[in-house]
Amino acid sequence: MQSMNIASRLRLALRISRANTIARRYFVTNGFDGALTLLGLLMGFRVAGEVAHEIALAAGFGTSVALGVSGLSSAYISETAERRQELDRLQEAMAKPLDGTAHDHAARIAPVVVALVNGLSPFLIAQAILMPLWLEVVGFGLTISAVDAGIAIALLLVFLLGVYLGRISGTHWLWAGIRAALLAIATAGLILVFDI
Amino acid sequence: MSMIRKIELDVLKPHLPGILEFARAVAALSPDYRVEVGVVEVDDKTQTLTLTVDGKALDYSRIQEVIESLGGSVHSIDRCLVVGEQDREA
Repeated sequence: MQSMNIASRLRLALRISRANTIARRYFVTNGFDGALTLLGLLMGFRVAGEVAHEIALAAGFGTSVALGVSGLSSAYISETAERRQELDRLQEAMAKPLDGTAHDHAARIAPVVVALVNGLSPFLIAQAILMPLWLEVVGFGLTISAVDAGIAIALLLVFLLGVYLGRISGTHWLWAGIRAALLAIATAGLILVFDI
Repeated sequence: MSMIRKIELDVLKPHLPGILEFARAVAALSPDYRVEVGVVEVDDKTQTLTLTVDGKALDYSRIQEVIESLGGSVHSIDRCLVVGEQDREA
């Protein structure tokens, strides 16, 4: 272990903890959260009528930061507890402490990696959805409404997350993408129905 | 000075990393190390292995260090081949 470089140690820790599988799952679930939350927010602005781009952007950015911090902290707390428990059980089975071993490193690295994925996934997806608003605010005039463009990006990202899920599960990518996009369209429809 | 040419260890290790990775980590200690691993027993969270290493001059403490760094522990040395001064060139 001492002779291994940081990248090899990280790879070994991810393999031992199977953190890559968990991070992939979190990437999709929290990415969905991020996309649907921002979709809901933009749909809200759309039904409310004219809203200043600065206000829409500030609200969207604030929401994305909250989603990111929530994802980061919740995953870190739960993963740390899980890994600690797993390591304790392994130490019991091995009848010796595993301090300083690959398993000890894995128990410390895995929660950080999973938390980063869980936090960054909704945050970055939200930034992509907010991109038209960012462009409007910094002075790039768009030919279509920035809110509508954001809604279109949100639908596209949900579709792509569905495609990604389809590829993982081995189902047809197009059907998986359409199914996810239909969920997002249903969410947008619900907001229109409850338009107040 | 005598040299360890071959050593057979009884090792208990967690399921992960797997035996290929385990064997590779030991073999990486020196280009002339040859490592053979056999699984003797599998439990809920652990595996018992017979790990055989041969080479021109084995460094037992480093082998043990690698095994322990990957979460394993050496239960016993079950067999060994050690050569003395005269056999060193053989």
